[in-house]
Amino acid sequence: MKAYDIVIIGGGPAGLAAAVSARKNGIDRVLILERDKELGGILNQCIHNGFGLHTFKEELTGPEYAARYIAQAAELNLEYKINTMVMDISHEKIVTYMNREEGMQEIQAKAVILAMGCRERSRGALNIPGYRPAGIFSAGTAQRLVNMEGYLPGREVVILGSGDIGLIMARRMTLEGAKVKVVSELMPYSGGLKRNIVQCLDDYGIPLKLSHTVIDIRGKERLEGITLAEVDSHGKPIPGTEEDYTCDTLLLSVGLIPENELSNGMGIDMNRVTSGPNVNESLETSIPGVFACGNVLHVHDLVDFVSEEAAAAGKNAAEYVMREKSAVQISKDIKSPIELEAVEGVRYTVPKTVNVDRMTDRLTVRFRVGAVYQNCFVSAYFDNERVIHKKRPVVAPGEMEDIKLDKSKLLEYPDLKKITIKIEEA
Amino acid sequence: MKKINLICIGCPMGCPLTIEKDGSKIISVTGNTCPRGDAYARKELTNPTRIVTSTVAVEGGDVMRISVKTKQDIPKDKIFACVKELKNVSIKAPVHIGDVILENVAGTGVDVVATKGSSW
Repeated sequence: MKAYDIVIIGGGPAGLAAAVSARKNGIDRVLILERDKELGGILNQCIHNGFGLHTFKEELTGPEYAARYIAQAAELNLEYKINTMVMDISHEKIVTYMNREEGMQEIQAKAVILAMGCRERSRGALNIPGYRPAGIFSAGTAQRLVNMEGYLPGREVVILGSGDIGLIMARRMTLEGAKVKVVSELMPYSGGLKRNIVQCLDDYGIPLKLSHTVIDIRGKERLEGITLAEVDSHGKPIPGTEEDYTCDTLLLSVGLIPENELSNGMGIDMNRVTSGPNVNESLETSIPGVFACGNVLHVHDLVDFVSEEAAAAGKNAAEYVMREKSAVQISKDIKSPIELEAVEGVRYTVPKTVNVDRMTDRLTVRFRVGAVYQNCFVSAYFDNERVIHKKRPVVAPGEMEDIKLDKSKLLEYPDLKKITIKIEEA
Repeated sequence: MKKINLICIGCPMGCPLTIEKDGSKIISVTGNTCPRGDAYARKELTNPTRIVTSTVAVEGGDVMRISVKTKQDIPKDKIFACVKELKNVSIKAPVHIGDVILENVAGTGVDVVATKGSSW
């Protein structure tokens, strides 16, 4: 059986950044496995600009951002296989993959980095009543059709859900000559970035209807129209608010789900809020030597943060491999790790546990909030003492938040057991 | 004096900007966390511009279409003219990132460049 030090599952932004980082941290035998016909993942269909302001200090389109990392990977002679589907990863890190050239193969990895990304929630997950005609697409499918294959999925469009992909597609379909009639959002706030509401909807006069959802779908062969209704605070349609729209296309931008079939197959401990693995400060899952980063870990808004997180995972995996290789056994961690708890408005944290000895000088803890809060504070309690109290003019579920934990500060609390992160209203 | 509220689109932070205006004169821009916000507010109220991205057909390449963008931002009212001009453009492979696909699009003085490559 062939052996590698680090096998990376997925060649999108997370996998590429993890691979580059692993190599730069001294690991030679790194392999990326990618199921698509090219590296770059979803960036290849995200032709709009706005990527890379943090990473490269300039505004790039998705394909350009991917190309920067692919060029780095090429320069470092990183090995990769495209058109290659990973079927299984065992608890002992034997990776089973399949492709046309080699058939079914098994390789032994010392460390594995999970970077499979996420997929879109589909109509089936929403239980929208009505017929099942052609013309209902997820926003990402429409994006691939328009931007890569050159097909316009329809002419008269309604978009359900105000996630970023839906907003981006509202503009894209408009530019390609379609009429986008309305974007409807079930929640009383948008799930997308504010800038996308401005430059994708406001710029083109596309209305955004908050607290509205699709309650009927009409048309037998092809979609003919939908009915929209306002919903109450429990998400129930309010009688008398129904509005009919004729349309031949309905795009769904209703959330993303980390793609964790392989992780589940390995028996990794999962987080019910993120649908991704629970990880420690090293982005290591419950199986030692198996790391996770990017949208498979938790869904991000910005690729820049995916790259940052993945670079950390690559570095940590490299350190893991080095540790395992070195004959010198370092003393096992005697102290149990500090637990991070998300309460009162904070839905989850990544990471979920912190081992102070292994953390970097400054650890970024990312999280999402459960509702819109204005003029609030993001607070962190070290056991019962409030240590971080950061004022934020506005936080919203659609925009990921973070706090930084300083190692020097944590060392001042040798008996610390739990850090609680919460939103406190002023 | 007039107060105008805008959301900055310079980066994903989306800072809420407040602009004080006296006639056509901008008195102050507040709410921005970086200089981009100030520049965006002034431009948005005088000559709003956007970078436009789209795709063009590729002949004889390994992909059907490649993505393109205007090299700089162009006036907002030229967006549709720009996209329309790109409709009939077809480019022969090979194409490299940064190759000029169309010069001076819609009379803006700005070139459209490839944002993805295609080999034969």
